[in-house]
Amino acid sequence: MDSKYAIEMRGITKRFGHVVANNNVHLELQKGEILSLLGENGSGKTTLMNMLAGIYYPDEGQIFVDGEPVSIQSPKDAFDHGIGMIHQHFKLVDVFTAAENIVLGLDEEGKLDRKAIAAKVRVIAERYGFDIDPDQKIYEMSVSQKQTVEIVKVLYRGANVLILDEPTAVLTPQETDKLFAVMRNMKADGKALIIITHKLHEVLDVSDRVVVLRKGEYIGDVPTKEATQQSLTDMMVGRATALNINRPDPVDPHPVLEVKNLTCVDKDGVKRLDDVTFTAMGGEILGIAGIAGSGQKELLEAISGLYPVVSGEIKYIPDDGTALDLRGMDPMAIRKAGIAMSFVPEDRLGMGLVGSMGMSGNMMLRSWKKGTGPFLKRKDPNQLAMEIWKNLEVVTPGIQYPVRRLSGGNVQKVLVGREIAAGPKLLMTAYAVRGLDINTSYTIYNLLTDQKMKGVAVVYVGEDLDVLLELCDRIVVLCGGQVSGVVDARKTTREEIGLLMTQFRKEGATA
Amino acid sequence: MITLLHSAIVFGTVILFGALGEIISEKAGNLNLGVPGVMYLGAIAGLVGVFFYELGTPNPIPIVCILIALVCSFAASALGGLVYSFLTITLRCNQNVTGLTLTIFGSGVANFFGGSLNKLAGGVGQVSVPVTSGAFRKYIPALASIGGEKSIGYLLFSYGFMAYAAIILAILIHFYLKKTRSGLNLRAVGENPATADAAGINVTKYKYLATCIGAGISGFGGLYYTMDYIGGTWANDGTIEALGWLAVALVIFATWRSLNAIWGAYLFGVCYWMYLYIPGLQRRSLELFKMIPYVVTLLLLVFVSMRRRKEDQPPAGLGLPYFREER
Repeated sequence: MDSKYAIEMRGITKRFGHVVANNNVHLELQKGEILSLLGENGSGKTTLMNMLAGIYYPDEGQIFVDGEPVSIQSPKDAFDHGIGMIHQHFKLVDVFTAAENIVLGLDEEGKLDRKAIAAKVRVIAERYGFDIDPDQKIYEMSVSQKQTVEIVKVLYRGANVLILDEPTAVLTPQETDKLFAVMRNMKADGKALIIITHKLHEVLDVSDRVVVLRKGEYIGDVPTKEATQQSLTDMMVGRATALNINRPDPVDPHPVLEVKNLTCVDKDGVKRLDDVTFTAMGGEILGIAGIAGSGQKELLEAISGLYPVVSGEIKYIPDDGTALDLRGMDPMAIRKAGIAMSFVPEDRLGMGLVGSMGMSGNMMLRSWKKGTGPFLKRKDPNQLAMEIWKNLEVVTPGIQYPVRRLSGGNVQKVLVGREIAAGPKLLMTAYAVRGLDINTSYTIYNLLTDQKMKGVAVVYVGEDLDVLLELCDRIVVLCGGQVSGVVDARKTTREEIGLLMTQFRKEGATA
Repeated sequence: MITLLHSAIVFGTVILFGALGEIISEKAGNLNLGVPGVMYLGAIAGLVGVFFYELGTPNPIPIVCILIALVCSFAASALGGLVYSFLTITLRCNQNVTGLTLTIFGSGVANFFGGSLNKLAGGVGQVSVPVTSGAFRKYIPALASIGGEKSIGYLLFSYGFMAYAAIILAILIHFYLKKTRSGLNLRAVGENPATADAAGINVTKYKYLATCIGAGISGFGGLYYTMDYIGGTWANDGTIEALGWLAVALVIFATWRSLNAIWGAYLFGVCYWMYLYIPGLQRRSLELFKMIPYVVTLLLLVFVSMRRRKEDQPPAGLGLPYFREER
């Protein structure tokens, strides 16, 4: 009974049809440790963890909990063995309160006593340092609060093993720090934790040991103390990759987009963009930094003609030098003028792709107006799809294969690849590498840099400050819908941007 | 006026049963458009059951009649629900198509057997189960005559027991959905089955049970109509189907709340009969007034979607099949 390991997985194999998601994987989790599970997109991390959580059942292999062989057939079995998983997509019922979600599915005695539940939730929250209101409805919560509910839900069920699937992908740096503090509290309390993440500095920051998967196979494990970003990347990718982003100097920078005093108001009357002014130059990459929800999305949408503008100017200067006012222009006309936007939302399929269509069909979504006559011409989109498939190494059985079935990273490659293929003069991407592994991210960075060298003005909205610093030429920092600073990416520091991200512009000061 | 309200409550009860069953089913995420069919099944099964009992027994006991009718009715309509469940939950067929098929099937089966019964009964060619129907329509005369002829007592106390059972059932369902763990789980299944599954709830079991029990309850609507309103006979004039669709509309009208369904059902009843009480209607204009309940539902839909209150929306998982390993 008294095993050193909280969890042992031996020789686990899981197949989906012909695709082998996990092949003979071993994994041990010691009590009171934080284990990082690292791997590229589609390397089978989430699948492996889903087998612990009872979502999938392994085709081969054996799972041990506390040294005892167990069979986890359903999420309920997982709970019975003290295993709780916090999924990447939260499993919460929107119209329920936090407390209702937390007790969901439990067969405790007696009737639903909301007061007693709330009290118990507060005890847990206090013990580990969570900030939670048991009576708040989920749809009123921020992403970070929803995550807290998920974690408390698992703890409420007395879980000793917590699995967190990319918990920081949607958090701000501050929220991440808070989460890590809570994780350390839980570890001190004797719980074992597994964290899946792509961000290497987080792996080094929070975990005790790292297990690396590659293409569904177990590669090895190292104590975090002995690991470096470089060594982990090598293990993950299987070959040495350069960690430096290639950043040539801008060629012949000329203004392509001039935004002046742009102000936008949402339907509740809240100012989403407040007096925003900046210029995007052809031949350079302009970064846009800011905490999530600082107006990045609204800015890109306003430029693309998808968000109403209250006041201010958006001037687009194509090659012939005549300025074009984009305000009030039809989104289709704006696209035609050479402005492309790819926005990768939290739910990657949510914007821009049709899940049940193949790559080829999705290419056509952007070009359907080009054809003449009532019939579709499949040749061009097919060719384009083939090119993206080859150049971006999209892992798919074919260009007609529904993109819904591809892994997240591959979906994103299709999305970004299509926008670049439109040959724009101004290319805007938001969160283009969200959730992507390092190798794929670099493919995308290089694509953007290629565009820059062709004289395209690239606007890159990003989350990772390190990447912004290495990829961009200049960085506009947004804070609460205002521009809190424009900095030279070659000269600035993380700290300076971090400060600007949280600093509202003072009244009366000039930008 | 009193007569209008009285008929409104009778028809309202039919609609209320249908709607209550459908609320349970929809709360578990199953949009069962088979309600009219299920009501037909409930009606005919109850009738067939007691017909043979009354035919074979010289002195039928009223309470036994009632029990036979209720059990047969519930069993048949729950069976209809089971067919629907198997198709939509296990085989993951499209819910709308399956539901509509069930409606067509139910009305077909019921009218076939209804016609056969009429033939079996011989005589004037009209089946009749006087003892059962009498038992279903029994009320307390002392209470019903409060305030004199066709007055307050008549309005409140002159119905068979099922009219009151419907109200009690609505309250029970409200309590179940809001106050019990099982009710919470059921709502979670309808809102977000993947979440419910991850929380260790047996989604398939909940969906099956909710749909079958819901169908059983809906079936009582048909039974009440046959036994009480048309007095234990069979008429294939399509009224049950019309009331069944109103029940589906009422679910939306009541924003999936069983307590709202009570007054909503009576309001629909008033709307249904209104045309009889508006003077000077031609045959053409009469049909226009029969539209009222549906128009009311449409207006409400517009209103509710404009307000966008999360609590007034249909269960988020309504109409969608759930498959755990779907990626």
